[in-house]
Amino acid sequence: MFVELLGEHFVHTALLAGAVVAVISGAIGIFVVARGASFAVHAISELGFTGAAGALVLGFDAVVGMIVGSLAVGLVLGLLSLRGRERDSSIGAVLSFGLGVGVLFLFLYQGYATEATNLLFGSIVGVSDAQLRNLTIVALIVAVGLIALYRPLLFSSVDPDVAAARGVPLRALSVAIFLLLALTTAEAIQVVGVLLVLTLVITPAAAAQRLTVRPGLAIVLSIAIALVATEGGILLSLAQPWPTSFFISSISFAAYLLARIVEAARDRRRSQPVEPRRRRTASTEAPTSEASAAASTAINE
Amino acid sequence: MTPVVSVRELELAFGERRLWDGLSFDLARGEFLAVLGPNGTGKTSLLRILLGLLEPTAGTVEVAGRAPKASRARVGYVPQQHAFDRDLPLRGRDLVRFGLDGNRWGIGRLGREGHARIERALDDVGATGYADAPVGRLSGGEQQRLRVAQALVSEPKLLLADEPLLSLDLSYQAVITGLFDEHRRRAGTPVVFVTHDVNPVLSIVDRVLYLAPGRWAIGTPDTVMTSETLSELYGTEVDVLRVRGRIVVVGTPDDQHVHHIDDGHGH
Repeated sequence: MFVELLGEHFVHTALLAGAVVAVISGAIGIFVVARGASFAVHAISELGFTGAAGALVLGFDAVVGMIVGSLAVGLVLGLLSLRGRERDSSIGAVLSFGLGVGVLFLFLYQGYATEATNLLFGSIVGVSDAQLRNLTIVALIVAVGLIALYRPLLFSSVDPDVAAARGVPLRALSVAIFLLLALTTAEAIQVVGVLLVLTLVITPAAAAQRLTVRPGLAIVLSIAIALVATEGGILLSLAQPWPTSFFISSISFAAYLLARIVEAARDRRRSQPVEPRRRRTASTEAPTSEASAAASTAINE
Repeated sequence: MTPVVSVRELELAFGERRLWDGLSFDLARGEFLAVLGPNGTGKTSLLRILLGLLEPTAGTVEVAGRAPKASRARVGYVPQQHAFDRDLPLRGRDLVRFGLDGNRWGIGRLGREGHARIERALDDVGATGYADAPVGRLSGGEQQRLRVAQALVSEPKLLLADEPLLSLDLSYQAVITGLFDEHRRRAGTPVVFVTHDVNPVLSIVDRVLYLAPGRWAIGTPDTVMTSETLSELYGTEVDVLRVRGRIVVVGTPDDQHVHHIDDGHGH
C-alpha cells in the first residue's frame, strides 16, 4: 500500500510542494525569531484565514483571498514596526478581531465546509499541478527577497540602533520582511493550515538557533529541519492515514526537543563560568533623574 | 584646517520643552570631546543629530563637510547598552562584521582583507578569545568591547559613543578609553564621548560640552568643570572639588533625589 502510493503523481506533487514551502519557511524563520516576531506570524496566518473565508463568501479563489489578507496584515505590521510588548498587545487586539470576522464569513459561506477545514488544518495531499506552480513562483519571490536583503535584514533584526546609525532603512526593511513573511505564511497555510503555520515558520528556526551560533548555518539547519518535518510528515501520513499536519508538527517539535537536549548537554560539558551581568551602577558624580531635570527651570543662554 | 564636525546655532526642542539653543562648536581632527550633564538634557539627542537620525529644531550640522545623513556610513557609533537575546544565533565576530558591511545588499562574501580587518578590530579590544561565542551569553563588558570593535572596524571619520563605559570595571574602562585615545591620535578621528562621569576620560579629554537644563557650556575641563561655570549653568550654588586628581561635583539640583521627590520643584 505504502509503496504503491509512492508511485502516485499526487504524492510527488505533495512532496514537491512541501519541499518548496519548507525551504522558505525555514529560512525566514531565523529572521522572524531574531526580531521576536513569532506572534506576528500567528496573526498573519489567522488573518490570512479571514481573507480566504471572505474570498469564499464573495465567490473568489480562497488562496487569492488568503494572500491578500496576509499581505494586508503584513503591511500594517511592517509599517507600525513596533517593538516588544506594545507590538504583542496590538497584534493580539487586531488578530482576535480579524478572526471574529473570519468566523462570520464562514457562517455566511454556504459552500462546502471542507474548504474551511482545509484552510485551518492544511491539505497538502490535495495540491494540484497548477497550485504547485504558483507555490513555486511565490517561493522564488521570497527566496530572492531574502537573499537580496540578507545583510541589512540581519543587521536591523538583531541590532537596530546601530543599523539605523549606519544608514540601514529600518522601516522599509520592516515592511519588506513582513511582506515576505506574509507570502511565506500564505504558502505554509496550504501545507499545514492556518493553525499550524508556526510549526514550519517558528519551530525549525527555534531549534536551529540552539544548535549553532553562526547566523548563516542557523538558516541552513532551519531549512533542513523544516524539510525533514514536511517530507517526513507527508510520508508518514501515507503509511498511517492520520492528518499530515499532525505528523509534520510532531517531527518539527521532536527536532526542537532534540535541539534543546543537545544544547543542554553541550552547555553542561563546557560549563564555562560566564561573567555575571552587571547592573548599571549609579555614578558618584552626578546622579540625576528625568523628573528633577525636567523640574529645573529652563533658562536660555 | 576644515573641522570634521561643524555645529552652528543648534536648537533642540520637544514641544514646549527647549533643551538647548544657540549651540555652536567645531571638532577638529583628532579632538576628544566629552559630553556631560544630567539626564534629559539631550546628550543622546545630540548624537542622534550628528548621525542624521534626528532633525534639530533649528541650526545646521555638517559632518565631514556634508549633511549628517550623507556621512552616516563614515561614522562609528557605540550605542547605549542593551542586552542581546540569549539564544540569538550571532557570534561576536558577526556583530563586528555588521560595522564593516552590514548595510550592503545581498549575502556578500568577506574577502581576505575584510577578515583581516575584523580580526584586527577584535584583537584591538581584546575580544579575540570570545569572538566565536554567542553575543547573548557574554557579559555587559564583553559586549561593550565588541561594540567598540564594531565602531572601529570601518575606519570611521568620526566616532560617537553613548555611555560606552557603563557596566565596565575600572581596568576595562581604561582599555576602552585607551582605544578611543589611540585611534584618534593615530587616525585623526575625532571622538564625541557621552558620559555621566568625566573622571575616566579626564586625562585624555580636550574639551567638555556640559549640557545643563536649558543651558550649556563648552571648553577645556579646567574652564568648564569649575564651581563658577557649573553654578552659572545650574543657576544655583554648585561646588566642583578636585580630590586626588578626580573631579567631584556637589550640589547640582538633581543631586538631591529625596528632597526633589518631596517638593516636586527646584529651589
